[in-house]
Amino acid sequence: MAWAWFHRLGSSPWIYRFSGSLLGYLLPLAMTLVVVGSIWGLAFSPPDFRQGNSYRIIYIHVPVSVVSLAGYYVMAIAGAVSLIWRLKVADMMMRVAAPIGAALTFLALLTGAVWGKPTWGTYWVWDARITSMVVLLFLYLGVYALYEAYDNKALASKACAILSLVGTVNIPIIYKSVDWWYSLHQPASIKFTGGSTIDPSMLYPLLLMIFSVYLLYACLLLMGLRLTLLETEAKTAWARKEVMGAQ
Amino acid sequence: MSHSVLGKVVMRQLLLAYRRPAAVLNPLFFYGVVVLLMPLGLGPKQAVLSEFAPGLLWITALLAALLSAEIVFRSDYDDGGLEQLVVSGDSMYLASLGYVIAHWCLTGLPLALVSPVFAQLLSLPAQGLPALVISLTLGTLILSAFGCLGTSLTVALRRGGMLLSLLLLPLEVPVLILGSGIVTRAVNGMPIEALISILAGLALLAIALTPLAIGASIKISLEV
Repeated sequence: MAWAWFHRLGSSPWIYRFSGSLLGYLLPLAMTLVVVGSIWGLAFSPPDFRQGNSYRIIYIHVPVSVVSLAGYYVMAIAGAVSLIWRLKVADMMMRVAAPIGAALTFLALLTGAVWGKPTWGTYWVWDARITSMVVLLFLYLGVYALYEAYDNKALASKACAILSLVGTVNIPIIYKSVDWWYSLHQPASIKFTGGSTIDPSMLYPLLLMIFSVYLLYACLLLMGLRLTLLETEAKTAWARKEVMGAQ
Repeated sequence: MSHSVLGKVVMRQLLLAYRRPAAVLNPLFFYGVVVLLMPLGLGPKQAVLSEFAPGLLWITALLAALLSAEIVFRSDYDDGGLEQLVVSGDSMYLASLGYVIAHWCLTGLPLALVSPVFAQLLSLPAQGLPALVISLTLGTLILSAFGCLGTSLTVALRRGGMLLSLLLLPLEVPVLILGSGIVTRAVNGMPIEALISILAGLALLAIALTPLAIGASIKISLEV
């Protein structure tokens, strides 16, 4: 009885319906919070005394960066769960997490570049954190490309699970080494984040945005998961019933 | 030693290479021809070449390791040798470790040993040579471990080459940074012992852990 929830995770129709009803609450909440947070951050928080209004991109940039980093661990943990317990849901979660994570990482790099042009005078510098984010983007793309390269999708997800676990072990090493590399080649430095203090009037909308982008990420994962469920079980009666409606 | 699957795999790979020496020479030829491209692209100025030499020598080593890794499991996958290895019941960990060590003996080690010759072509200052050989010796061990891992994941795919570089190069970033950093520091007369220890530690970590993943991926590629 205590393990009933675990066994239910093996049942595709149950997951499809459960995630559907969960999305019914999560998605409106996430959308509302994103809208509220954006308006709060973009219109009502005070302008920065050095950067004026251009700093406001942090309300997009910081949340997507934070979530894209966390997303790799979501993918790797889902991969580990699917390898260990052979849980189909975890498997699908992992494969859905790769393109979403890649998109968020790309968005983080893009918003950073857009912000960099007016602030630093250039779209791109090889700063330690930017470089780590580029490596992260390629780690995501590697998992995604490996998955797409296999015709047999059951093998594909096992291979991707191993790759993302190896990546997880490697990520701290990559970050440390990129940090060290940057300190070695310290260019005419653009120090911006010295003694990061942020006024509560800017912090609260930022925290709200981070929270709502996490929620949005969860929604995207669930939506991807539901789509994958329907795709892989397209031939079963329950999937037909869900798509075609009760007949 | 030679009775364990580790020794058997290593000896077999070395024997195969001995019978077909071109496989050992190809990475070295590749290294030479890419080094030839550097002055053609950057111009023949010795000052420019010697400034970029540590990075260029290391990037080329990364590419050579990548290209040589592509064929590690290919013939054994095609002729069923890998399947026999899996069903034999021997430890896949030790067998994978054997493939890594053999690959390193056949590509990384020779490359590290002849790298001073290539370094001359790019006018690397003499004080950087020992650092180059040591860092390549240790670093290529990691590259071989990751190379075998990448190949074991893609061996079932017909067109794995481009994919392999996308999978492996991001993982190999720390090796490149440390390796070329060690050579650069040696050229500038700075101490390198600590960095060499770190690289050696990473190499040990890589050969201890990657065989786990390689063994699992071989089984996945064989669908067993």
